[in-house]
Amino acid sequence: MENQMEEVLEGIYQKTVAHGDNIITVLQEIQNAFGYVQEETVNWFSARTNIPASKFYGVITFYSQFHMTPRGKNIITVCSGTVCHVKGASRIISRIRDDLKLAEDKPTTKDMLFTLENVNCVGACSIAPVVVVNEKVFGKMNPEKISKTLKTYKE
Amino acid sequence: MNGEIIVNVCMGTGGIAAGAEMVMKAFQDEFAAAGLENATVQNRCKLHKVGCRGFCAKDVLVDISVDGEVSTYQFIQEDMVKRLVREHVVGGKPIREWMAGDDYHVFHDNQTKVILHDLGKINPESIDDYIGVEGYTAAKKALMTMTAEEVVNEVKNSGLRGRGGGGFPTGLKWSLCAANEADQRYVICNADEGDPGAFMDRSMVEGNPHAVIEGMIITAYAIGATRGYVYIRAEYPLAVQRLRIALDQARERGFLGEKLFGTSFEFDIKIKLGAGAFVCGEETALIASIEGERGMPRAKPPFPANKGLWGKPTIINNVETLANLPPIINKGAEWFASIGSEKSKGTKVIALTGKIRNTGLIEIPMGMPLKDIIFKIGGGIEGDKLFKAVQTGGPSGGCIPQQFIDLPVDYEGLKSVGSMMGSGGMVVLDETDCMVNIAKFFLTFTQEESCGKCVPCRIGTKRLLEILTRITEGKGKKGDIELLQELAEDVRDSSLCGLGMSAPNPVISTIKYFRHEYEAHINRKKCPAKVCNKLLTFFIRPDQCVGCGMCAKACSVKAISGDLKQPHRIDNALCIKCGSCYDVCKFNAVVKD
Repeated sequence: MENQMEEVLEGIYQKTVAHGDNIITVLQEIQNAFGYVQEETVNWFSARTNIPASKFYGVITFYSQFHMTPRGKNIITVCSGTVCHVKGASRIISRIRDDLKLAEDKPTTKDMLFTLENVNCVGACSIAPVVVVNEKVFGKMNPEKISKTLKTYKE
Repeated sequence: MNGEIIVNVCMGTGGIAAGAEMVMKAFQDEFAAAGLENATVQNRCKLHKVGCRGFCAKDVLVDISVDGEVSTYQFIQEDMVKRLVREHVVGGKPIREWMAGDDYHVFHDNQTKVILHDLGKINPESIDDYIGVEGYTAAKKALMTMTAEEVVNEVKNSGLRGRGGGGFPTGLKWSLCAANEADQRYVICNADEGDPGAFMDRSMVEGNPHAVIEGMIITAYAIGATRGYVYIRAEYPLAVQRLRIALDQARERGFLGEKLFGTSFEFDIKIKLGAGAFVCGEETALIASIEGERGMPRAKPPFPANKGLWGKPTIINNVETLANLPPIINKGAEWFASIGSEKSKGTKVIALTGKIRNTGLIEIPMGMPLKDIIFKIGGGIEGDKLFKAVQTGGPSGGCIPQQFIDLPVDYEGLKSVGSMMGSGGMVVLDETDCMVNIAKFFLTFTQEESCGKCVPCRIGTKRLLEILTRITEGKGKKGDIELLQELAEDVRDSSLCGLGMSAPNPVISTIKYFRHEYEAHINRKKCPAKVCNKLLTFFIRPDQCVGCGMCAKACSVKAISGDLKQPHRIDNALCIKCGSCYDVCKFNAVVKD
């Protein structure tokens, strides 16, 4: 493992475990630092804390927030809450998949520019359907609008 | 004109999505520009960001108050700010055509705002604003003039019940917790608002975070806790950020930490970010998650009030429950009990959404009839379509049909028709919504969110979803309805926690009230609301088609052909029924049946 990575991990250790924080917080910090949770970071932490790696995997696979594969530069999150659903979220998703040429089972584009995810509800139902791109909320979306919006991120 | 000029810009998630940050910036620029010409204007002007006032459909909302006279503007964009500043702020002449109309006032006038009262008026990032509206006086009153027992009794007498869904009496829960011998007790604020279609907690924390903190201080004092946690969704970044600011401010003023308000009482609060699991809204699962484990519920009893976080007595209250505490302590139990219905006291915050004109965040006295919510506050159905049903309680609730439109909205009322209050989401559905599809939507959700610990929920929700899916795809069999009903009852009766017990509610209630829609899907292979694409046929009406070619361009399987300016045709052998042509046609020439 590179020294630089180890330094970051030690920093996370000091910031979290040393203050009594639990492994959910540790994993959230790892993901913030690296974008996703790599196997080697888990193994490093397991050795450092004497907590079995299986325990980390148990938590990672339970919570939808954690990812074990690299994600794209831009994260597109389509809200699939009730209101977004009845107002056509599924049509927005298929337009995004068409535009980005994403196969049904692939979340990330080949050029690593975009990752498509969905979220149960962002709680912005009065402006449904909602799409969040890198934490910026776009309301009252439709297939045309999302196409235009995504174009601005392609540049 | 010597008074103050105050400009309030709505900066909740809805407002920001509509461009509130740009509007804010434009005001700052315009003020600076105006100030160069006339220094007094700038000095008298105050620009505030305020939290959500509920009517997000009309964002960006801006209040301009000149000498105490408030004008509310709707749909404001950055390019409109220049004229607002020039004509109204400097010139003193309000711009009538941009002002919010009657519907804005009807929306607000029919509500009873107890806990939303200050939202949209105060700056959520300023503790002084909160103190200016009697903030922290209730916590001070409780700590300095009341015993812990008196606080518990006051809340008991108020009749306040948990707003997170269960409706358990808050005061009773507290006294059960306080009765335990323990060296440590905990207060947890449950802000893990996971119900799709609900945003009460988000708006509350974004718009008035100090009220939630004050509620937690009162709770901590009542049960003798010194440590508190706010468990909040990571999907709500703005709420988390404002809560962090508020906690720092409260600590700075000595409202958190040691020796609160000069008494010997100590209490502090930590934020725990949820990691995206709906089941963590369940009390025991939430506790497991704070402890750093997989968020799986355990059997009750023991209840968290006896054995909770790290085995210590713990009180978990929802955001809205906590926000009710300061007004109860300040104005008294009797005042609170005078609002609402016989068994449900006070008000309820509701996220009113779906196919309705005035979507937004509202607060009503418990027991208000459903029709007043939908047709008075909500302004009726969007696009003059027919009202079909209202879905309450999220994935745990049910669909209430037209025949119960006079139903009083409180815990008992909603339960009597097979739905529930839940956390207060209310999604209005119209004639174009398919009830089988809605049931399938919720089962997709609960099936994904089932933690997998107990068999009835893990496998039962999966089987329910499979049956619903095949019905919507035209493969429904005779006897499917009865099978759904039987399975739904089994899952309800034998699951470990609230998620599994309530997961079948959407299925049970839609079969009960909309059985004919299920029958149409199964027997006639038709979707009456024309939603389930696999049961539809798309075709183009030659008399309406102008031959623009938009549909052919949108079709991903090239099933549409036709010459330019000539009526087009859909080849049904190729059509995958995605509905793209229907969406793009501007001449209503594409029809589905």
